[in-house]
Amino acid sequence: MNDISSEVETWNELKSTTGARIDVGRAGTRPLTSNMLRLRLDHAAAIDAVYSEVPRELIEEMGLLSVNTLASDKVQYLKRPDLGRRFTTTSADAIQASCLHAPQVQIVVSDGLSAAAIEANLKEVYSSLLDSLNSLGLEAGTPIYVERGRVGSMDHIGDILQPEVLVLLIGERPGLLSASSMSAYMCYKPCIGKLDSDRNVISNIHESGTPPAEAGARIASMLKAMLDQRRSGTELVF
Amino acid sequence: MKLTAAVRGRHYQFRDLKEVMAKANEEKSGDRLAGLSAEDAAERVAAKMVLAELRLSDIRESSLLPAETDEVSRIIESDLDEEMYARIKNWTVAELREQLLQMEGGGGSNSLIRVGQGLTSEMIAACAKLMSNLDLIQAASRMEVVTTCNYSMGQRGVIAGRAQPNHPADHLHGIRASLYEALAYGIGDAVIGINPVIDTADSVYNILSMTKDVMTRWEVPTQNCVLAHITTQLRAIRMGAPADMVFQSLAGTELGNKAFGITAALLDEADEVIRQEGTSTGPNRWYFETGQGSELSSEAHHGIDQLTLEARCYGLARHYKPFMVNTVVGFIGPEYLYDSKQVIRAGLEDHFMGKLHGLPMGVDVCYTNHMKVDQNDMDNLAVLLAAAGVNFLIGVPMADDCMLNYQSTSYHDIATLRETLGLRPAPAFERWLEGMELMKNGRLTARAGDPKIFV
Repeated sequence: MNDISSEVETWNELKSTTGARIDVGRAGTRPLTSNMLRLRLDHAAAIDAVYSEVPRELIEEMGLLSVNTLASDKVQYLKRPDLGRRFTTTSADAIQASCLHAPQVQIVVSDGLSAAAIEANLKEVYSSLLDSLNSLGLEAGTPIYVERGRVGSMDHIGDILQPEVLVLLIGERPGLLSASSMSAYMCYKPCIGKLDSDRNVISNIHESGTPPAEAGARIASMLKAMLDQRRSGTELVF
Repeated sequence: MKLTAAVRGRHYQFRDLKEVMAKANEEKSGDRLAGLSAEDAAERVAAKMVLAELRLSDIRESSLLPAETDEVSRIIESDLDEEMYARIKNWTVAELREQLLQMEGGGGSNSLIRVGQGLTSEMIAACAKLMSNLDLIQAASRMEVVTTCNYSMGQRGVIAGRAQPNHPADHLHGIRASLYEALAYGIGDAVIGINPVIDTADSVYNILSMTKDVMTRWEVPTQNCVLAHITTQLRAIRMGAPADMVFQSLAGTELGNKAFGITAALLDEADEVIRQEGTSTGPNRWYFETGQGSELSSEAHHGIDQLTLEARCYGLARHYKPFMVNTVVGFIGPEYLYDSKQVIRAGLEDHFMGKLHGLPMGVDVCYTNHMKVDQNDMDNLAVLLAAAGVNFLIGVPMADDCMLNYQSTSYHDIATLRETLGLRPAPAFERWLEGMELMKNGRLTARAGDPKIFV
């Protein structure tokens, strides 16, 4: 009996080191109902994160200028990443007319592949980011919300507003572990033609990853490094 | 070469073979994204009709990507069996399809693969474009490709599984726990293969050593592999890591491979290293992965459609006589394969095309959460591929890969396919399962499914 219980204890130790869905049992060769439904529920949360929209009230409350990319609906957005990187003429004009030009720091927010990520994390990340920028003595321009945006949309904004550095807070492709994970993509003097290797990213911003309250400080210090070194991407020493 | 068709009173004129090949494809979001797809359903059929009448020699003579400028083209061209090609070069693509579909029985499995040796990847892609899903299933089911690393798989009636016990931080205990779960369900006969998070030689060394320990301790008749970048694997092997195989992702163009950080010269080097310093008996010591759309995503597609580029990956793969080739069909996202219809089609196409290249094809039946696909669609595709004689599928705990953040097939799913369709694990592995009292007469025993037996 002692042997068996010590084995189980060892197994429990092993099992506790992974989040994989193991030791789940079976009905014949099929999964148990509760495990099957748990998987379905997690997938449902991921799907809902992709297809939902960021509430208008949140965008207004945060004082973001809301603009649209060329992707006219979610389906087109998913099929044509190129359209999510460029703005409609109306939106480009609105950015030109309503935003502070050549700011030191341009903050941009986008739903990307998870509106849920913005809903869950934006308020905390945004306020901690503003606090940190403030204490580093950095000035932010007019914040923008991009509906159905891709990472490359920051380059188009860079062409219009000529910020020194830009940070894009965007919803990540949802996984089953977290459907509301956000990334912060940053670039020094963004413009059309920049490559992935010109940008830096802090990913996995969510409650069980990088906590939103800490993310703001990390983003601000990375932006500061870009301003000091006048570069970003693989060249940045951080 | 005739590039025109009259369909229901409309005249279609195609510019070149590249355009015919692209427009003859079934609908794929990736071809649309690349601006290559047919305008409408009628143009798609017109392109198929033009393609059907082209001779195999027409396809060879109007190269889509010249061998002078692309090393994948060079390899495909130089590996062609000229004797077989000379016998079939006057066949039209329509005739090729019909010839393949009427070859059957006994030695029939070899005769299809024999024909395949006289075909370039572009010819094989052309044929797939004229085939229905059931054509693809039937033709593939008649091609038996058996390969051997430490142990053999691919025999008729066998469906193997890769144990893919990934961990988001490469925790060795976590990987081992998940591996025990796989073995308890009879999965792991294709390979114990881990995708690492940390791409360093030390980490790869540790994972290879741990999996080898489990294999030795329990006398598991299989092979191990860690799917790091090839240069990292080579460093680990040179440090003495026990690797049975080397792994690499392939693209169908030289430029696409450059984006993966590889060249044919690097593959040749790795081939030599695993032959000399690997721990397997061979002769097959490679694990390749592919998937439609990767060339477009790295802007290395040269205006060629994604199906044809995928076939070219297989042309490159067959040069190295791999133990296993896996098309990770639904990983790349909805901009290349939008929904279940497109993923199912691509899975069947890839499996057929790989087999006709003489390759040991498996499929990662999978999807990401922004695709219009769910687990029921994966159930369907897995059954279709099992009917088509797929060599192996991927086994992930409850289908949820907690490191790569996508869903594939589960340990339960592979066990279910075996029981439902009367398929068996690889022979040596089945004998081991019987010795472990986990399987009897091809069915899991009451003891199976409990990972604690390995602790």
